[in-house]
Amino acid sequence: MTTHPSVHAEAVRLAAEPGFEGFGTDPWWIILIKALVIFVFLMLCVLMMIMADRKVMGRMQQRHGPNRLGPWGLLQSLADGVKLSLKEDLIPRSVDKVVYIAAPMVAAIPAFLAFSVIPVGPEVSMFGVQTRLQLTDLPVAVLLVLATASIGVYGIVLAGWASRSPYPLLGGLRASAQVISYEIAMGLSFIAVFIYSGTLSTSGIVEAQQPIWFAIILFPSFVIYLITMVGETNRLPFDLAEGEGELVGGFMTEYSSMKFTMFFLAEYVNMVTVAAMSVTLFLGGYLAPPPITTFWPGANEGWWPVLWWLAKFAAVMFLFIWLRGSLPRVRYDQLMQLGWKLLIPVQLVWITAVATIRVLRNEGYPPLVTSAVIVVFFLAVLAALLAMSRSAERRQAAEAEERARDARAVHEDPAYGGFPVPPAHAPHYGSSVPAEEPRTAPPAPSGKREEVTGA
Amino acid sequence: MELYAPIFVLGGIGAGFVVLSMVVGAIAGPKRYNRAKLQAYECGIDPTPQPVGGGRFTIKYYLTAMLFIVFDIEVIFLVPWAIHLDALGMFGLVAMLLFLVNVSIAYAYEWRRGGLEWG
Repeated sequence: MTTHPSVHAEAVRLAAEPGFEGFGTDPWWIILIKALVIFVFLMLCVLMMIMADRKVMGRMQQRHGPNRLGPWGLLQSLADGVKLSLKEDLIPRSVDKVVYIAAPMVAAIPAFLAFSVIPVGPEVSMFGVQTRLQLTDLPVAVLLVLATASIGVYGIVLAGWASRSPYPLLGGLRASAQVISYEIAMGLSFIAVFIYSGTLSTSGIVEAQQPIWFAIILFPSFVIYLITMVGETNRLPFDLAEGEGELVGGFMTEYSSMKFTMFFLAEYVNMVTVAAMSVTLFLGGYLAPPPITTFWPGANEGWWPVLWWLAKFAAVMFLFIWLRGSLPRVRYDQLMQLGWKLLIPVQLVWITAVATIRVLRNEGYPPLVTSAVIVVFFLAVLAALLAMSRSAERRQAAEAEERARDARAVHEDPAYGGFPVPPAHAPHYGSSVPAEEPRTAPPAPSGKREEVTGA
Repeated sequence: MELYAPIFVLGGIGAGFVVLSMVVGAIAGPKRYNRAKLQAYECGIDPTPQPVGGGRFTIKYYLTAMLFIVFDIEVIFLVPWAIHLDALGMFGLVAMLLFLVNVSIAYAYEWRRGGLEWG
């Protein structure tokens, strides 16, 4: 084999890329143990999260929540799972069978993959083998997470499309539009992190947060990530894809038994993934919170980091429930506007500011220039906010005028803009039941004029 | 490749679980035939006939999809630039700013023409 020496050198350099020494060297049984532990952890998280969801929501609404099965109702979701598997596995007649059955798999399987690059601890000794507490790490680890999230969207769209029914179709379309809109803002919120960490590997990003977490120095990115992570997982207040009040069950209306369970599972596993990503990218991953390390230097060694990771992870998961318990569902156009007209422009300005200030500092420009640039950005943001508030005022005035016009019209004609009545003679409303006789009385036979009683 | 193999192991476990539980669900549940139950759900009325092949979607969704592609490519261009920003220095910054201005012009045009209205 004749390889060009420089190509070979490049391959060696890539193989020995800094940050990846601890990965790809595990024996096969360690990989298997880690993968099984991650799988069991994900399943436990899903079961506990469903239970916690209902318990905490119950407490927020002055009631108990499930408390019958097991201590404090801990076995409730397990019982739900068993019950769901014993339900009839219904396949409606009109569906596209192959796609209908494939959709829950397409939604659920990629959801498991993303967790393989989440670091939950540094190098530890496991059964006498030195290994990282992370299944694997890639030079493109964060992109893998984004990619698996996008594949999951296919499951939702295909489920809605294959059901051949109006509610699932609308739910699937909404879900796809929402997820791709929020994925852009999510991708943009990662950029500032990449600027500071200089790597895409998740363990490298955690190590780059050694003195201070990115959630503090890149606070706007962190806030936007939290918003997009709720939008990306279709959770309240952004759960328009399955909003019960308007779309019955959204894209999973026609699913039952274990197929329905798979969508439910995928949703909760995705929540675990995005919460774990927020811990990894912004909250210092497995690193102990800074005040602890000052009086306990060993806090970041051995198995202790797992504890810090779990604490941060639980806090982010609680945030999901908290948001669900306190915020009303937004309207579809508000959701899209927030994504496209607020989050994306704010991100673009923020990334420009971060990059400019970092380059100016790296190139050794005098602090005066840097602070001048900061002031210019600050003024520009202020001006944009002012313009936005003025345009919002104008829009509100226009809406108020429109409402007043409608009110006047209703006053003059009570049937104006009334409730839409389905056409009683349209073919599909009368296919099995004969169309009702018109409710208004037929014109009276000529002759004696009937008396109008008004009753 | 050693770095990627564990992902497939986890994916295999996940796929096995998903397929197994769907098979269990299909076998364990009861089977009681009922014509009305097999209809598409529409709050009790007879389902609206759906066109074969899925019918057409509103043009709005295609517009959103096209917008997504434009911005997704932008994000992907930003990633390698962000990682090597320290090495690229002022030249990289100015180049990327010019690119961002380009995209922003298209974005502002789309906004002005009402492409971002969903009301």
